[in-house]
Amino acid sequence: MSSSNPIQPATPDASAIRPRAIFLFDPLLALGAIGLVVCSVVTLHGAFGSSLSDRQAAYAGIGAIIAVVLARIDYTRLRDYRYGLYAILIASNILVFAVGRSTLGAQREIPFPFISVQPSELGKVLLIVALAAFAVDRTRQLHERRTTARIMLLGLGPALLVIAQPDLGTGLVFVAIAVSMLFIAGTSWKHLTALAAMFVASVALVIVVAPALGVHVIQHYQVERLESFLHPSSNPNSPGYQASQSIVAIGSGQKTGTGFAHATQATQGFLPEANEEFIFAVVGEGYGFAGAALVLSLYALLIWRILRILTMAKNLYGALIAGGILGMLMFQVFVNVGMTIGLVPNTGVPLPLMSYGGSSVLVTFIALGLLQSIHIQARIASAGKGRALLS
Amino acid sequence: MIQLPDDRRPPLTPQLAWRVTVIGGCALAMFAIIFFRLWFLQVLSGTQYAHAAQQNRTREVSVPAPRGEIVDRNGNVLVKSRQAIAVQIVPTELPVPVRDPTLAQLAAPPAADRALYRRLAGVLDLPTRRQRCTVDKHNLRLPEIACDVAQAVYQLQYADATVATDVKPDVLYYLKERHDEFPGVGEPQVYLTSYPYGPLAAQVLGTVGPITSTELDESEFRGLPQSSVVGQTGLEAFYDQYLRGSDGADQVEVDSLGNLIQELPEKAPVAGNTIKTSLDLKLQQTGQASLAQSISSNAPAGAGGAFVAMDPDNGQVYAMGSLPSYDPNIFTKPIPQSVYDSLTSPTSSDPLNNRAIDGLYPTGSTFKVITATAALESGTWNLDRSFDDTGQYCDAPDSCLHNSGQAAYGVVNLVTAIKVSDDIFFYNLGDLLNVDPQNHPLGGALQQWARLYGIGHATGVDLPYEASGNLPDPAWRAKVSQEEYQYEKQHHVPCCTIAYPAPWTVGDNVNLAVGQGDVLVTPLQLAVVYSAIANGGTIVRPHIGLEVENSIGDKVLQTIDPPPTRHINIDPTYLAAIREGLREAASASGGTSADVMGNFPEPVYGKTGTAQHNNEPDQAWYACFVPATATSKPIVVVVTVEKGGFGAVAAAPVARQILSQWFLGKPGPYVAGTSTTL
Repeated sequence: MSSSNPIQPATPDASAIRPRAIFLFDPLLALGAIGLVVCSVVTLHGAFGSSLSDRQAAYAGIGAIIAVVLARIDYTRLRDYRYGLYAILIASNILVFAVGRSTLGAQREIPFPFISVQPSELGKVLLIVALAAFAVDRTRQLHERRTTARIMLLGLGPALLVIAQPDLGTGLVFVAIAVSMLFIAGTSWKHLTALAAMFVASVALVIVVAPALGVHVIQHYQVERLESFLHPSSNPNSPGYQASQSIVAIGSGQKTGTGFAHATQATQGFLPEANEEFIFAVVGEGYGFAGAALVLSLYALLIWRILRILTMAKNLYGALIAGGILGMLMFQVFVNVGMTIGLVPNTGVPLPLMSYGGSSVLVTFIALGLLQSIHIQARIASAGKGRALLS
Repeated sequence: MIQLPDDRRPPLTPQLAWRVTVIGGCALAMFAIIFFRLWFLQVLSGTQYAHAAQQNRTREVSVPAPRGEIVDRNGNVLVKSRQAIAVQIVPTELPVPVRDPTLAQLAAPPAADRALYRRLAGVLDLPTRRQRCTVDKHNLRLPEIACDVAQAVYQLQYADATVATDVKPDVLYYLKERHDEFPGVGEPQVYLTSYPYGPLAAQVLGTVGPITSTELDESEFRGLPQSSVVGQTGLEAFYDQYLRGSDGADQVEVDSLGNLIQELPEKAPVAGNTIKTSLDLKLQQTGQASLAQSISSNAPAGAGGAFVAMDPDNGQVYAMGSLPSYDPNIFTKPIPQSVYDSLTSPTSSDPLNNRAIDGLYPTGSTFKVITATAALESGTWNLDRSFDDTGQYCDAPDSCLHNSGQAAYGVVNLVTAIKVSDDIFFYNLGDLLNVDPQNHPLGGALQQWARLYGIGHATGVDLPYEASGNLPDPAWRAKVSQEEYQYEKQHHVPCCTIAYPAPWTVGDNVNLAVGQGDVLVTPLQLAVVYSAIANGGTIVRPHIGLEVENSIGDKVLQTIDPPPTRHINIDPTYLAAIREGLREAASASGGTSADVMGNFPEPVYGKTGTAQHNNEPDQAWYACFVPATATSKPIVVVVTVEKGGFGAVAAAPVARQILSQWFLGKPGPYVAGTSTTL
């Protein structure tokens, strides 16, 4: 690029801006993402060797390319594909029951020749994009109860499909996305309160009333996880083992960590699924409070930038997409980290960009790409507005 | 200057700004909670979790400690501990793991496990046919290895089953090279208790065995692992806390599956202490050989016998033997049920029992020293008084008792009565010493002095399972009669020996005066009685342990020297008279054991005894001593032979050989006596 200042509008010709628009991205958001990927790769390499870390780096690389491509296109165009995207969301999560590969009693992945895709992971962004579009369609009826109910049901539908796979954690992420979008869209506090009340009532129904009537809505292992959260255990065969081992791992890291040569909890199999759901415990053990604080700071950076992008989006659609992504990331980060330190029960939610796994990393990068697109479009729009004001 | 685009963004609606603030506040609050939690976990309680992580990955592999040795007074090793390789089955690591099984599951092991047992039996050369297998009183039919596993697991959950000990190196290498083919089979190094002299003093030395579930709950075994081997009988049990040592541990670092990662500094096992006993190997060997000879030449097959040789002044036991004996080496490995049955069956004559401390017999005439003491001390008789033995004693005109061989000794005093063992004389004393049973439920002077001498109470020797015997008195008789009456009322069958009601009679006291009837005494108790006569009235506490030494035996950690039980005051002139009677009995012409002991170079004070017992052939007794006044190494010896007949014939020769070994260093000839007194 010839100009030394990419944000300086060199020419009033809008079409000429296009090639350089990519440089209007949010550098801090990108920095946070890259920082987390580096943390993830370093941690995986230290604790589990290069085979995992190399693949994670490759996933992140592919994800970054996808993000760059997405950032270049105007996210607003996605509004036109809302029905198609929503259909893909529903169809792929139904397809999983038919052809899904089963892991640990759950059918979550569709096997492709080189990679298995988890439709529930991809579904997060599909839901965000589609749901935001549906909400925008009804901008003028946002105060109506019907709108709130429709958006909530559009979110709950795929959520229930995912929970049935069974993947309770991702299903709850879907709900979090829908709720955060309603919140950003400006749904009245009355409706939100009603939703909260209904949520509490349904949880009570599922956990207390239904089993009493002999109907088991949630899986046995999920009940065990809940029980184990209340009564941790050191028996490796009991579900509470993970939680207590995770706390031991994090605690043993102390201030600056054991280093991976001595991170016995993570490297010698005491901490199950250490590379996926419990990666934060691995960081905590290997790098101690310092490492954990660094990772959390990077997430704080991401959340701050997303909030900022949300406020500067050029249209409601962009704000809603940013809101959905914000809900998704915040829910995943707090539930996952909370789980590793024993604050919330184990629901099986990956830690964005940190947990090992292609689907999760790619989907997070897609979300980041969308955010960058919102940022760039907002900058272009405001630049155009600025020129209009100037001229 | 161009304005930055940020400054020109569209204004936020107040509502969205508020909601974004709410979300930001929520995020802030959650980060705060997480940071506080992390601070608490990692900084405030980090050391505690670091310790937990450390504990997670270290496993202790127990390294057995060798048990301490038991040596005789001269340092000869009687029990030692030697290294060997055992073959064990870890039930939880079998092809089909055995965890908390029911009896039915144990009775029919899974096919995969059965196949493993068969292969292992082939390697170890063990029988594979089914045989009787007693699992906690339930009789199963299982091959030997399956039986071992069933017994181990049923007794203690997660216990390893030892299927062979002391396996040869080639078997060890064969198994080690084929661990994959033998899952759950381990070859730990163990220490085996070994008895170099086999059956010698077997019941005294005792056996070791795996700790039982009831023992695990006892305070003296607190903190021991389930795999412990502890003393079960004899000195091994009594001094277990000293002999046991403490197992060491190889600390190893393992992963979550228990795979070895590296070895950590080990905790060395601490060998058990050595127990030095007062036993004398040579004396023990002589006594046991001589007793065996006497039993084989005087008693019917299946009869047993016992002897005790002891220092009369301090109770140190020089030798203690019980026949028949057994080789305790067989207990160092799992023994087949048939062997155990043969050792405990009624026809085996109880080789596991130590007759010296749990054999209960009437003493016969050896009791007369007690009767004499009681008569003299109570004033019922005096040394100048003589008695005309007409050859019979009648407590009723048609109920008369006689001397053995219908002898009549004429006018005798107490010394002569002891010398010739005049029953009529002592029947008379028993009659005179009898008291009104109504007013004296615990009997008169005879019972009182017998109690003082220790009859009816355990001596307190340092061995488990000592019997206390029985001293009959009116209260005891009334109690037994009542029990028999109850039994007959409940079961409607005649019981036992005494017809109800059977109140105390003078006949009971007359019987007791000559050591007959219901009096039951162990050989060790009688040795204590004769010790008191030898030492002037001190009731010693017999003991076999002398010193607790460190494991290599060069440092005394503790001396075992229990104080005497009590001292009884007997007029020295009375004691002198009794001793004179005993001395004449063993030396003067006409003395009951003079033909056995008469020519012995040391002054022997001895008394024969021949007790009628359970309508069987008579029990032969001989009790004697050489007191400290005559020698620098005093000794008291008591010998008994079940169904051996006359004491002078069956018991005295054994005592002579023991004395000969003690004073002359060789057993000398076996000289059988001829006296046929009781």
